[in-house]
Order: sequence, then structure tokens, then C-alpha cells
Amino acid sequence: MPVREQNGTQIWHRRTGRESLVRWFGWLLGVAVFVYCWQIISASTTWFFVWDAPRIANDIWTRATPPKWEYVTQLGRPIWDTLNIATLGTLIALCLAVPVAFLAARNTTPSGLFIRPIALLIIVSTRSINSLIWALLLIAIIGPGVFAGVVAIAIRSIGFCAKLLYEAIEEIDQSQVEAIAATGASRWQVMAYGIVPQIMPAFAGIAVFRWDINIRESTVLGLVGAGGIGLQLSASLNVLAWPQVSLILLVILLAVVISEWVSAKIRGAII
Amino acid sequence: MLQLKKLTKNYKTGDQALKSIDLEVPKGQVLALIGPSGAGKSTLIRCVNRLVEPTSGEAMLDDVDLAKLGSGALRKARREMGMIFQEYALVERLTVMENVLSGRLGYVGFWRSFLRRYPQSDVDEAFRLLDRVGLLHMADKRADELSGGQRQRVGICRALIQNPKLLLVDEPTASLDPKTSRQIMRLITELCRERGLAAIINIHDVALAQMFVPRVVGLRFGEIVFDGPPDGLTPEKLTEIYGEEDWEATIEKIEDDDADIEAAE
Repeated sequence: MPVREQNGTQIWHRRTGRESLVRWFGWLLGVAVFVYCWQIISASTTWFFVWDAPRIANDIWTRATPPKWEYVTQLGRPIWDTLNIATLGTLIALCLAVPVAFLAARNTTPSGLFIRPIALLIIVSTRSINSLIWALLLIAIIGPGVFAGVVAIAIRSIGFCAKLLYEAIEEIDQSQVEAIAATGASRWQVMAYGIVPQIMPAFAGIAVFRWDINIRESTVLGLVGAGGIGLQLSASLNVLAWPQVSLILLVILLAVVISEWVSAKIRGAII
Repeated sequence: MLQLKKLTKNYKTGDQALKSIDLEVPKGQVLALIGPSGAGKSTLIRCVNRLVEPTSGEAMLDDVDLAKLGSGALRKARREMGMIFQEYALVERLTVMENVLSGRLGYVGFWRSFLRRYPQSDVDEAFRLLDRVGLLHMADKRADELSGGQRQRVGICRALIQNPKLLLVDEPTASLDPKTSRQIMRLITELCRERGLAAIINIHDVALAQMFVPRVVGLRFGEIVFDGPPDGLTPEKLTEIYGEEDWEATIEKIEDDDADIEAAE
């Protein structure tokens, strides 16, 4: 904190002169790098396509509107599949994530040296691969269809749910756990009485949040053949049936909006 | 009944929290453990029920050496020792009734406790205790809806429903206002007398300790430096326990204005 004395009064600045000079140079450097990168990107862009873009976009827009409303009768089943993929996948993921989270949390893991690293590895490895890629792999293994989609969503969600849950477990109030242990409760009773009530709100929040994300992820799984509305989307794109594409996008938008609304309601009710 | 012999605790950091403590608590005696922060008061009572593992020494509860028990036997032994905590340590998201019944966890199996199917005798006892501490009407409230004094009463019920021989009480009044502090201390000492319970009460407030307990033990740097009746706490003794300070005002016999408090209620 730089304080200068001037004519007997103490003048306070947020930073010393040296510090503000360093920050000024930092900004200068940042702007210079930005301008340089802009130049490189600009040089390797085929500007004809960019200038052409509004015309093409306009072209697609006129072909895509109005949406082919009567096609909606064929979308009921796929969107239902999509919802099921998301919901079942989330449920399976939660069942598997709970034990993983307890094994990964520092205060509940049976062995910090051996089991915790394995649990963390499960979390990292399932999280690091996109559900679309899981779906591609699973289609090769168990064949195309809704089931591959469910499993892809489930695997992808384990790491996410387990990570948030184990962080919640590590943040619990330890004195409540102590108090339950002091009554002579067993290990499992301590868990059921001392830990579970404390992480219930976090668990419910994570479940709803992940379900919400999974609805969005499952809409695209059909692109690789894992069932749901993405299947219709890729079929329509392949035959350039733009009015169908626009209707499908509208239906997806509606599904996502509804799921957001539902999850906001549930979260509000819990907290 | 409880006998500590050369009880020692060294923390991994190298701090010696307890230096060979010898202490005997006969059946039915309530004693206050006073001393500055960091003197080892909390460590001492946690070494008795092994929330903290003692490094060496013995802690005999009747004929059982608590310090050497395996985990199954320790659970059985913990049922005999009720604990009351500074910040109440109630499970916030459970109801008052569930919190009280959790004191019976050592006696009921996992599934019974998980499904909240406690034996009727436990439920009867829980209602009786809640009535005794004046919280019968709160039985169905969630613990986090209660005030500090009410929470501590629930904590007392949880400890007593264990049907213990000994109460370990860790700073029961540190988070409470002066009036509630007195009420809680009175309640604890009364209940101990009713049930013939021994108790070790860690307490900061010397004057409060003097009001309610027949025996005071002073701890400093993990050693017992005073053990005697409350009026034996002279300014010299307090200086020995806490360090240099003007103690005259503290030990001056406090006007017992409990009558006023009772009248106000």
C-alpha cells in the first residue's frame, strides 16, 4: 500500500508507481498480441466466402421457412426417445457416481493411498471424453440405437456428478459427524446420519443440473446413430430438407426451454 | 469411575497437548475443567471417548481401558459416554426428534435406524427428555429452525438418551448469551444430579463454573495446575492457570440473580 507524505497529509494510492507502470505494459502487450493474431487469421481467411456468407445464410433462411409443420407428427417418438436417453442416463450415472464420490472424498475414502487415486481416475477419464465420442465407441460395441445413447450419457455424467458430489462431501461440517460418532454409531450409521443429510441439497442440485445438460447433449447423439431426435436431424440435413431441419431445431429449443424451467423449479423447491 | 493415568497426547505437529494427566472422577461428580485456549481441555475430553487418539496412558472407565479398545468395543464404550458440544453439533437438516433419537444409534441396527423405526421405548424416552427440557412442542421442527439455547437443549437430550454413566461437555455455553448460559449450566448440573451422572465440563467462564460445580480442575499447557473446590480459586491460582491479570472482579462472589431470571420467564 503506497502512502506518500505531502505537506503533512498522507496521500494514499491503490498501487505504487512501479506497479501501475508494470500493469500498463501488460495491457500494451496484450493488445499487441491481439492485433498480431488478428492479422494472421485475416491472412489465412478466404474473404470471398465471408463476404458471400450473408447471401448464403439468407438463401438457407428462405428455404427453411416456413417450417414443415405437418412433419411434427413424426417427431413425437424421437423427442420422447431423447428425453428418455437423458433421464435414464442421468439416473444410471447418479447410481454409479455416489459410491465413486464417497471413495474419492478425502474424509470418507477408505484408503487415501490406493482407492482415492482410482476413484479420481474414474472421474477424470469419464469426464474428459465427450458423450458424442462415447456414443461412437458404444455403437461399435453394442450396435446403434437408444441403448448406446443411454450408456454414453451415463458414462459421460459419472465424472461430472462424482466430482461435484465429492467436493460437497469434503465441505461438510465435521462436528456433526463427530457428534454422531460419539454416540457409538457404526461407520454406516455415521454416514447415514452425519454425512448424507448434509449433502442432500447438493446431491439434488447436481442431479437436476446434470439432467438439464444431458437433455441438450442427447439431442445430438442421433447424429452418430445413437437414437433420439438427432437421427431425424441428420437424415433431414443429408437430403437438404431445410423446412424439416428448422422444425426439428424448434422442437429441440422447446424441449430445452421446458427442461430448464423444470430444473429451475425443482432447484428452487430444494433450496 | 473414570480414572485417567498418565494420559498423554502428542500431535503430529509436535505439540504436546496433554502431558501425563492423572485425574479421577468418582461416580456422580460434576467437575469443571478450566484453562486458557490451547491448554488441552478439548483434547482431554476427546481422548476419553477417543474422538482424538491418546498417544499413551490409560483411561479407565470402571474396569475398561478405553485407550486400548478395538473399534467394536469402542462403539460399545462410547454408548456409556454422552457428549455435548460447543456449537451444538446437531444434524441441521434432521428434525429435533431425529436428532434426539440419534443418541440411540449405538443400540439399534443400521436398517432400523436408517428407516427410523426405533423401539417404542426409545421414542417414549425421547418424548420424556424433550418434555423435561421444555421442547416437547418443537419435536417436529428441523434443528436449524431452533435458537442457540434450544439447540443446546436438544444436544443435552441426545447425550442423555444414550443412558450414559458419564457426560463429556465441551464448552456448552461458549455460543450462548449470559442468561441462556446459566440456564444451560443449571439444566446440565440438575440432570446430572437427578441421574447420578458424572460429568466433565470444559468451560471458559470461571464465574459460571464457580456457580454450578463442586470441583474445579485447572489446566495449563497440558498439565493440571489446580484441583479443588471453586472457592479455592484465589487470584494467585488463576494467575497460575491463565497468566497475569486482575482477577479480583472475576472471583468476587456474584450476586445470585437467578431469582430475577426465573421471575422474568
